Amino acid sequence: MRYLPKSPSERVEMLDQVGAASIDDLFKVIPAEYRLERDLEIPRQHGESEIIDFFKAAAAKNGLVGYASFLGAGCYRHYKPVVIDSLVQRGEFLTSYTPYQAEITQGTLQAIFEFQTMICELTGMDIANASMYEGSTGAAESIMMAARVTGRHKAVVASTVHPEYREVIATYTQHQGLPTTVVGYNAETGRVDLDALAAQITEETACVLVQSPNFFGVIEDIPAIAELAHAKGALLVVSIAEAISLGIVKPPVEADIVSLEAQSFGVAISYGGPFCGVIATKEKYLRQMPGRLAGQTTDADGNRGFVLTLSTREQHIRREKATSNICTNQALVALMATIFLTVYGKEGVRDLAIHNLAKADFAAKTFAAQPGVKQLFSGSPRFNEFVLQTTETPADLNARLLDQKIIGGVDLARWYPELGNATLWCATELNTRTQIESAASVIAATAVLA
Amino acid sequence: MATIEAIPVATNPTGPTKRITTGKVRAHQVQNEGLIFEKSSPGKRAYKLPPLDVPEVDPAALLGDLVRDNTGNMPELSEIEIIRHFTRLSTWNYAIDLGMYPLGSCTMKYNPRVNELVARIEGLAEAHPYQPESLSQGSLQIVELLQQCLIEITGMDAITLQPAAGAHGEFTGILLVRAYHESKGNARRKILVPDSAHGTNPATAALCGYEVQNLKSNALGMVDLEELAKAVDEDTAALMLTNPSTIGVFESEIHKIADILHAKGALLYMDGANMNALVGKARPGDFGVDVMHLNLHKTFSTPHGGGGPGSGPVACKAILEPFLPTPILVRRDDKTLGWNFDRPQTVGRVRASYGNYGMFIRALAYILANGPDGLRQTTEDAVLNANYIRAGLQDFFDLPYTTASMHEVVFSDRRQAAKGIKTGDMAKRLIDYGFHPYTVSFPMIVSGALMIEPTESESREELDLFIAAMRAIAQEVEETPELIKNAPHSTRVSRLDETTAARKPILRWKPKAE
Repeated sequence: MRYLPKSPSERVEMLDQVGAASIDDLFKVIPAEYRLERDLEIPRQHGESEIIDFFKAAAAKNGLVGYASFLGAGCYRHYKPVVIDSLVQRGEFLTSYTPYQAEITQGTLQAIFEFQTMICELTGMDIANASMYEGSTGAAESIMMAARVTGRHKAVVASTVHPEYREVIATYTQHQGLPTTVVGYNAETGRVDLDALAAQITEETACVLVQSPNFFGVIEDIPAIAELAHAKGALLVVSIAEAISLGIVKPPVEADIVSLEAQSFGVAISYGGPFCGVIATKEKYLRQMPGRLAGQTTDADGNRGFVLTLSTREQHIRREKATSNICTNQALVALMATIFLTVYGKEGVRDLAIHNLAKADFAAKTFAAQPGVKQLFSGSPRFNEFVLQTTETPADLNARLLDQKIIGGVDLARWYPELGNATLWCATELNTRTQIESAASVIAATAVLA
Repeated sequence: MATIEAIPVATNPTGPTKRITTGKVRAHQVQNEGLIFEKSSPGKRAYKLPPLDVPEVDPAALLGDLVRDNTGNMPELSEIEIIRHFTRLSTWNYAIDLGMYPLGSCTMKYNPRVNELVARIEGLAEAHPYQPESLSQGSLQIVELLQQCLIEITGMDAITLQPAAGAHGEFTGILLVRAYHESKGNARRKILVPDSAHGTNPATAALCGYEVQNLKSNALGMVDLEELAKAVDEDTAALMLTNPSTIGVFESEIHKIADILHAKGALLYMDGANMNALVGKARPGDFGVDVMHLNLHKTFSTPHGGGGPGSGPVACKAILEPFLPTPILVRRDDKTLGWNFDRPQTVGRVRASYGNYGMFIRALAYILANGPDGLRQTTEDAVLNANYIRAGLQDFFDLPYTTASMHEVVFSDRRQAAKGIKTGDMAKRLIDYGFHPYTVSFPMIVSGALMIEPTESESREELDLFIAAMRAIAQEVEETPELIKNAPHSTRVSRLDETTAARKPILRWKPKAE
């Protein structure tokens, strides 16, 4: 086996040195009836070239090459600068562990510190952690954090939060004695229904959780929502699934906790993971924040250095009283995001965001101009996603688009049946004008047929 | 020309310096590097967007007062500076690629590079979770094959790959336990956790709304069957057990443990952190485990990446299958693969999409590279390596539990602590010998633990160097304890002030006040 650095004779000598007659001696502690005396029924040992062929064949079986895509909905297609992969594949980053031994992990620790700083700059929060698994679990952990901060045990979640995020929140909170209620949206604007929200927040509400841009791509009125939450002493948690929006949309500084999914910052979609969540918050809530934190300090000679800090919140110290059971974070993915943000930098994140605005604006207008198509919530501010309502069913429309190698919008019927034939579209800097116009011409063909 | 700061002349010029070798280490230069923000200057760029092929927009017109006018103190650098910045940072890290990383319970094994290559194949890396199933058959086939392999390796009946990490897998597993009991009409109240367990176990039980009852280990460091029998009652939902345990010992009475639990209707949860001792040699499903998680980033070679991403699949027996997180992979009547969301008894979703898919590809590539013979040999080598270290060090360090070791060995610092040197001090000194420290002070049932897991990835030469380094440290404890107390001596920073870091936290860079 090519990964194992031992010759057969070395194994024999080593067995001799440990005083074992054979390797089986070392497994005698396993009761005989539980020892596996046969080969595992799994594929045979493959050569490296065969492994590559296997996965290339799987990719070919997907048959995605040559398709244009307008999918977003929590997983966004953005260009990934080449240097990200060159750097994260350095073995010193790739094959290092969580930086418990600070003297020999300063590279990872400083990079995390830089990540935390960039997240603060972008979200307008005071502090950020070293990362969470991803956006949906980050949102759930944020609600639990808000409950710890306020000592209250109810939460209000907007129906415009990503439906899968809401499912995860339900899974997390169900056994915490933390019931959540859902607040709907205004049918005209696609934004949280403020009157309904005001009615739902009570003195028992730990937090209100909204997403902005929300699942329809619409930017929520964060100051107004914050005012309603704060008036009753509840916190506001803002979940952000499309992080590039922060380049041009005002950060939710009125929020108390921001839960960000950083996938858009240079991370491959990879069928949905690994991604990179992160929680940012006000300084006063530091002790209730879950997850790892890198902090600056000095060594005995006065040199600046970084350590994992405030671990008294964490499971390996606090066990069942910890702020969360989270252990691993997404360090390497956070590093990708850090490098991405360094490449684009202060001006680039803005320029990139404006390109997204422009592409989505053009796509929305072009599509909405086709017969049988109506853009919903068209009067509301949005970033790079929009909802179309069509006379044709999403299944039929998407089937016709697929024939032309175009992947259309996500069918919303599963989560928002009240919207009828509605689809959620996303256009990023990677969608070309040609793709948008081709899709429009396919959409237009429907009216002729109908 | 700008002012150039003069470099201070070395204060103690001693002429040609002798290069000192300690074990396998001789110092070499690493470069200093400031924070990325300190290197930034306005107007530098490392990006170039293509020309916009659609009409330009006025953000203020589209967004109104929601438009952001300033992106704050984000850095501005050129590409070469970015490459140098992160490359310099990387040289400050220790890594498996540099040498042995014997962190007990973390399974720091070689991360094959073909895994990285195949995970980046365009048609897989760009796959979107909402793309049509007709364009996902290759991606799904990978999920199916990995599931089949992991079910066979664990001896279980069903699996979900959704959990994002080990602790997330524990959460999922205990939710299954809870849903199972609820389906019988009573969720039950408590989860038993041995005192040797990982901290995530009790934290997970609490997250799932259970009371945690700690279980004292017996003199061999194993589950005390009498204690267990006393603790298990109709209110017990499950026991969370790590097997081999955190002292690297196989619970030889595992079948009795399972019987005691099952007799009262309780379930056996296994923390699969130590599966590297079992793959191809024994299967948890065969010895009574009802539900367990795996760590693809431990046993199945996906990279730790400085602390994630991980992946924590949960495998279970058929009785728990109805409760698995939604969606689950199914083969439809027309033989195509797809996701089934219609699962009335599900515990719900634990994560958006389907899991850390990129890790599935890597883990499957590892399984394919090994095959049944390679996986068995891997386990045997991992156990052989741990026993080789034990044989090489047991005359120098106290071995509190002499039960046979599997893939890791746990010593105590008892002898050295008597001289004022603790496990953490020796760990720091090990750095000077070119090794990452072992796991320090865990498990808690061993006072001053040195938890050593070499994995299969170490050659005899590297193991011999490690043993020699540990013996040298044992000798230094006797002769030059001060050398250990102040270690490490060869790193670019000395021991860092963690107390101040926690008391006055500085968690982000801020620009100097103007």
